[in-house]
Amino acid sequence: MAGINAYDGPAENGFEAGFGDYVALLKPRVMSLVVFTAFVGLWIAPVGMNPFVAFCAVLFIALGGGASGALNMWYDADIDAVMKRTAGRPVPSGRVPAGDALAVGLALSGLSVMMLGLAANWFAAGFLAFTIFFYAVVYTIWLKRSTPQNIVIGGAAGAFPPMIGWACATGGIGIESLLMFALIFFWTPPHFWALALFMKEDYHKAGVPMLTVTHGRAATRRHIFGYTLVLAPFAIWLGLTSVGGWFYLSVALVLNALFILGGWRILRRTEEQAVADHYKTERKFFRLSLYYLFLHFLALLVQHWIGAW
Amino acid sequence: MALHVEHELHRRRRSRNVGLALVLAAFVALVFGLSVVKITQGDMMEGYDHRPQASRLPVDPNPPAATAPRAAPGTPGAEAGIKP
Repeated sequence: MAGINAYDGPAENGFEAGFGDYVALLKPRVMSLVVFTAFVGLWIAPVGMNPFVAFCAVLFIALGGGASGALNMWYDADIDAVMKRTAGRPVPSGRVPAGDALAVGLALSGLSVMMLGLAANWFAAGFLAFTIFFYAVVYTIWLKRSTPQNIVIGGAAGAFPPMIGWACATGGIGIESLLMFALIFFWTPPHFWALALFMKEDYHKAGVPMLTVTHGRAATRRHIFGYTLVLAPFAIWLGLTSVGGWFYLSVALVLNALFILGGWRILRRTEEQAVADHYKTERKFFRLSLYYLFLHFLALLVQHWIGAW
Repeated sequence: MALHVEHELHRRRRSRNVGLALVLAAFVALVFGLSVVKITQGDMMEGYDHRPQASRLPVDPNPPAATAPRAAPGTPGAEAGIKP
């Protein structure tokens, strides 16, 4: 990275990164999920927050999420380079030096945690620090390359933001925030395994021990269906707490029925059928999983607006 | 022929500089806004500076009854026997 007084020129390949390349380091698409779920967790909490402080809190949580994304890109540059889906990221494509990604990740981690502590409270800030550590060290450095259960445990990092949002408002943890965590935690494996079913070559080439690589596709299909069954009770239980109501409960019932049905269809398919129609069912299930999570959290917001139980 | 030919590298460098300037300006605005909100909400803004501060002492729920001032021991007032 260039110092303050000395300009050390462009990277070895002669490329000099633009501002957008540094923004891409923060994984903006993942950040949008973090922003939305953290905002919902904060907004539906029983303790009100000043709107400007709430805005800052969500911003700093998003920044912490972006920081962990940059640290992930720094460490995973070697495997990102081999996977088609990730080869265009700033570090493997040579637009940003790996050292810059590390520097941006560490600097933003410190900044986001400090600022969240000052804006909201230190419990939420500690929670954010733990989340960054969990994603960057536990998931990226340790689990991702060592176990096919990588995304099951690593998924916790993506499930913490609504709990952090809730903690910003209340200063603690509640059954509601734990259930929001469970909703994302048990949603993550079927979501990524559906992706792995039709992107198997990518993970195989990179040597990432995804379930599809280590246990085969039939086992992955069974796991996807199993997780849709485990997920449903938590999603519905959330509707019976203080943040739930008839509207959320209706949405949750419909979405979970669809999700279980999608998992069942994936389970029933053979590999030959999937190859024949270019993984149509798996791709459809993957798209449904995106709507599934978004609509659950949107329903929580609407429920808060029309009044919970 | 133009005296200054702008290379794509210059465009990227400018985008980085302008982006960083905007981020810094936004950060200053955020900190200012947060300070205004915190102060108007009456949050404790006085940090501990290693000196006793009456404002940081907990409020006594049973304060002693107010009494008239007494002369300190050893002072002329005490020797003269001035009592409340």
